[in-house]
Amino acid sequence: MSNIPQLLVHDHEDNVGVVVVEGLTAGTEMLCVVTHDNSSFKLTAKHDVPIGHKIALKDIADGDTAIKYGEDIGKFVAAVGQGEHVHTQNLKTKRW
Amino acid sequence: MSDKIMAYRRENGRVGVRNHVIILPVDDISNAACEAVCNNIKGTMAIPHAYGRLQFGEDLDVHFRTIIGTGANPNVAAVVVIGIEPDWTQKIVDGIAETGKPVFGISIEQKGDLETIRQASWKAKEFVHFASELQREECDMSELWISTKCGESDTTTGLGSCPTVGNMYDKLLPTGVTGFFGETSEITGAEHICKERAINEEVGERWYAMWKAYQDDVIFAHQTDDLSDSQPTKGNILGGLTTIEEKALGNLEKIGRTSQYIDILEPAEAPGKGNGLYFMDSSSAAAECVTLMAAGGAVVHTFPTGQGNVVGNPIVPVIKITANPRTVRTMGEHVDVDVTGILTREKTIDEAGDDLIEMIRRTANGRHTAAEALGHREFSMTKLYRSA
Repeated sequence: MSNIPQLLVHDHEDNVGVVVVEGLTAGTEMLCVVTHDNSSFKLTAKHDVPIGHKIALKDIADGDTAIKYGEDIGKFVAAVGQGEHVHTQNLKTKRW
Repeated sequence: MSDKIMAYRRENGRVGVRNHVIILPVDDISNAACEAVCNNIKGTMAIPHAYGRLQFGEDLDVHFRTIIGTGANPNVAAVVVIGIEPDWTQKIVDGIAETGKPVFGISIEQKGDLETIRQASWKAKEFVHFASELQREECDMSELWISTKCGESDTTTGLGSCPTVGNMYDKLLPTGVTGFFGETSEITGAEHICKERAINEEVGERWYAMWKAYQDDVIFAHQTDDLSDSQPTKGNILGGLTTIEEKALGNLEKIGRTSQYIDILEPAEAPGKGNGLYFMDSSSAAAECVTLMAAGGAVVHTFPTGQGNVVGNPIVPVIKITANPRTVRTMGEHVDVDVTGILTREKTIDEAGDDLIEMIRRTANGRHTAAEALGHREFSMTKLYRSA
């Protein structure tokens, strides 16, 4: 089932994608699909990441804005490497 | 795909998909009498709730609208109303009676529970005979009022189940369906997009003022932290959602690509501007929101979930849609429409939208949803502030 993606990305502007399979382990070379136009690319996961959680698509600096759906979804509060897990430990809301 | 359904045409012309006889308390202390009547008369349903005493102002208005709207909903054939005192009981009865459906009210003071239950049970029995002889008739699917609200969201809802609902609205709203969406706090981060989805600038400005007032009067007035334990919820965070902005953008996928809302409703308010999509000012808590939309007149609810919300409603069938394969695997008994194929790229959003429309048609024709089969009847009143 090699044509089933492990990571989905909403938009080409996004710097994070979503793991859509269970049991993804560090070192997996993921098939990544951009849902906007079904284009694809490969990326290696650096962490074990649960289904539904996000992975950085490129190296990101502390203070950068996270982009998903082509929109601002918050600010990074720590540097994150490409392929690493993105969640509450390194990403926070800009609201409230 | 047929655009006809077999449903109940009510006295006021509205189309219902269920045929409930409900025993409706005005207030919390009338719950026991309602449940006793329900126990006496098979084929009735009591709808107990937590409030209804010493409320005032806008909070009382929401309470009355919710109770009256629940009784007036076309999924309800007839109603017995029980309250502690006669005035508010009569107010509820009069509100429901505007639909033309059978409604009977009785108050407990100067009678006691037992005499109230006796009289109400006789009437409830009469209503069960009446309702059980009503026949489904051919109606147009476009006559349905369909609401949506998602719950226990995760990142798969924004990828799969919410766009599925959006695709359904993009297809059905042009046919004449009336739609509801809401969840005021949960648009935060996508408010610039939501404002633009109004039918015109005036409606968009009113929507924005409503959303802003909620931020200022509720969130900023009461917050003790960044709400990171509440919105997103712990369940959302387990599912991979990190911020309210991310959650909001996924949430708003429920109104599709082309749908525009034509007006803004107060909590539990019925649409007044004809067919189309309405935004209802409402909580993002599942049971509260579905209760308000049912009171506004929705007869079918579409509920995208990621991590697996189990909510139902006493009078409105709640259709669960999920794209999360783990949720299908671990709690599949709650899922009506499985759209996991969107994540594996084996199903398009367009195909998933058609699957949902077919499930709405089957549900309208009488198929019980997972929530109905599992007995989920959550009825939660929205409370704006403390009672007097």
